[in-house]
Amino acid sequence: MKLHFALVGNKNCGKSTLFNYLTGSNQHVGNFPGVTVQKKEGSLLADSAISVIDLPGIYSLSPYTSEEIVTRDLLLYNKPSAIINVIDATNIERSLYLTLQLIELNIPMIIALNMMDELATGGGSIDIKAMEEQLTIPVVPISANSGEGVAELIKRTIEIAENVTLPQRLDFCSGPVHTAIHAVAHLIEEKVRRKNLPLRFTSTKLIEGDEEFLGELQLSENERDIVGHFTQEMEQALNSDREAAMADMRYAYIEELCSFTVHKQQDTEAQRRSVKMDYYLTHKYLSIPIFIIIIGLVFYLTFDVIGAFLSGILGNILDGITASADEGLTNFGINPAMHSLIIDGIFAGVCSVLSFIPTIVTLFFFLSLLEDSGYMSRVAFVMDKLLRKIGLSGSSFIPLIIGFGCSVPAIMAARTLASERDRKMTIMLTPFMSCSAKLSVYGIFIGAFFPNSGALVMLSIYLLGVMVAVFTGAMLNSFVFSGKPVPFVMELPAYRMPTGRSILMHMWEKAEDFIHKAFTVIFMASIIVWFLQNFNSQFYMVNSNESIIAEIGKLSAPIFEPLGFGDWRMSTALITGITAKEVVISTLSVLAVDASGSVNLPKLFSPLTAYTFLVFCLLYPPCIASLATMRKELNSRWSTCGIIAYELTIAWIMAFIIRHIGLMLGFN
Amino acid sequence: MSQITLDKLPIGQEGIIQQVGSEGILRRRLLDMGLTPRTRVLVRKRAPLGDPLEIYLRGYELTLRASEASEIIILVEAEEK
Repeated sequence: MKLHFALVGNKNCGKSTLFNYLTGSNQHVGNFPGVTVQKKEGSLLADSAISVIDLPGIYSLSPYTSEEIVTRDLLLYNKPSAIINVIDATNIERSLYLTLQLIELNIPMIIALNMMDELATGGGSIDIKAMEEQLTIPVVPISANSGEGVAELIKRTIEIAENVTLPQRLDFCSGPVHTAIHAVAHLIEEKVRRKNLPLRFTSTKLIEGDEEFLGELQLSENERDIVGHFTQEMEQALNSDREAAMADMRYAYIEELCSFTVHKQQDTEAQRRSVKMDYYLTHKYLSIPIFIIIIGLVFYLTFDVIGAFLSGILGNILDGITASADEGLTNFGINPAMHSLIIDGIFAGVCSVLSFIPTIVTLFFFLSLLEDSGYMSRVAFVMDKLLRKIGLSGSSFIPLIIGFGCSVPAIMAARTLASERDRKMTIMLTPFMSCSAKLSVYGIFIGAFFPNSGALVMLSIYLLGVMVAVFTGAMLNSFVFSGKPVPFVMELPAYRMPTGRSILMHMWEKAEDFIHKAFTVIFMASIIVWFLQNFNSQFYMVNSNESIIAEIGKLSAPIFEPLGFGDWRMSTALITGITAKEVVISTLSVLAVDASGSVNLPKLFSPLTAYTFLVFCLLYPPCIASLATMRKELNSRWSTCGIIAYELTIAWIMAFIIRHIGLMLGFN
Repeated sequence: MSQITLDKLPIGQEGIIQQVGSEGILRRRLLDMGLTPRTRVLVRKRAPLGDPLEIYLRGYELTLRASEASEIIILVEAEEK
């Protein structure tokens, strides 16, 4: 039978580094069905017949967050051949808390004791043999960064998986907790066996009051009462409640175990360094200026220096390919319609999206540097209070800031958020952060209409976007996600130098994602848009001002009439602008040509209409690429459609309000 | 010996957790992260805007909001000089 291993561990324990080391590029990233929790699968570099899944970083197997539920369900119903439990040796007590729960699942299991090298820098050591004896599962020290010990880890994991070596000891409790668990286990044994669930784990969860298992087992009224009775007896004997009693029992055992297996002399080098770095990075006055400098530098390097440079090179290459394809097709004497479809439609559409790649890859290079080094959680710590008002936590700050650069990586960056609720909300808010593509629209209009108050107009547009995001967040918080937010109880991991491999993998993952999108969604969209722009409703090829899209523009003009965009050329520009914001300008430049042959915007727009037009551009859906990303990350077509509808509505309403305030104030 | 809630514990001071209040997901999360009775905690600092707090326990750094910390009752052994 084919072996499959599951990697389980806390956040920041080096699990993903190990996964990357094990699988190299043989990995596939997706989502778990129905939730926005990331799922990473791959096959071993050493033996491609063995598959590995990297489960989300969790601290416990309680049924509260979607990460925990996904992990639990996979381990319970989709039993892996072995669990590789990755443990951070420098943070052993909290790591073992999850270990004790995993052992109860009664699946072959091994501990990968990561960061032993770091522990040694503080003079610490762990008695591996004693720990193996106590936990009755193999413990292999490794370094996920250097790959030390990984071969041994895999060898032993294969052994336990093939021989189905189960943990010999499941019972780590004593006293009243022990009594209660055994009593419940005895009671439910028959039912659990029929459901093919692990007995010990199920009993523990019943005592903890886990509603999911109470439902799953279909316990009778009488049985529920008995479980309740055992639990009460335990609570009385301990003068504690069930949840505290269970957590306490586990930690008490862990403390005892660590007292003779772990010898820690002082903080490790990384821990000492972190305290020093945090003095500045989370300093009362310095932290915010430092953050602004760092993020400013990232933006500058991405959008002005490195990303722009690489984009230029890629742009030239793509232009070259397009030109030679153009020439080849012409020489071949292909039908002009087909020629136009391939060059103006597909090549133009796909290339415009592909040219984003350098920016995205560069941005994610810096982001993974910030994320993997541990700085991102400090940003969350510093900024938390600002975002709390709209029901988010500090962790959403980074994705929202990236939104000012480009919505696509911003939506992707939301993946690192700890809770599904925050993740969805952040994804919905990012498009209101005015992205850099919209800048081209603002630039042209400001040049034509507000040459003397450009900065003010620009600032007001950006602020309006933020205000709409705050309003939307507050609305989502009160009506859509009105449930309790996930508590902001987060580890601040020690600063560590990220490995080159992890960063490269991360960049490749995003680039691959984007390339895939360019050749699927964007490919289709380009063909459709080309068709609409080149054919009329009788399917004759015509100029763009007689095309279907112009027809739609004319038909929809009355919708835009109250906003002052009654001219069909404006509505057409807005409609084609859904593909990308630069297209608003290119469409206008085709349609708004006056008799002399030059583009004349002031003939089409009054200053007030121009400003209102900018407001509409700010708020309505940013581009096809961002919509496709949103659709993928939210994993729901309906949510995406809902967001599009909301963005269109809010754009219309805000433009309407601003136009009428403007009219009242005497602008025209 | 005096009892206060964790959010009131001054920066740089240590205490011992006596009781973890709250309920549901928050309580479970606090317990899972190792904030169990008899655990020693140290308040490291507060965020620049005054909230959340950074605490140190079981060899690692944890951040939580003052409102969440106010659910945790701490026993302070003696006033440090």
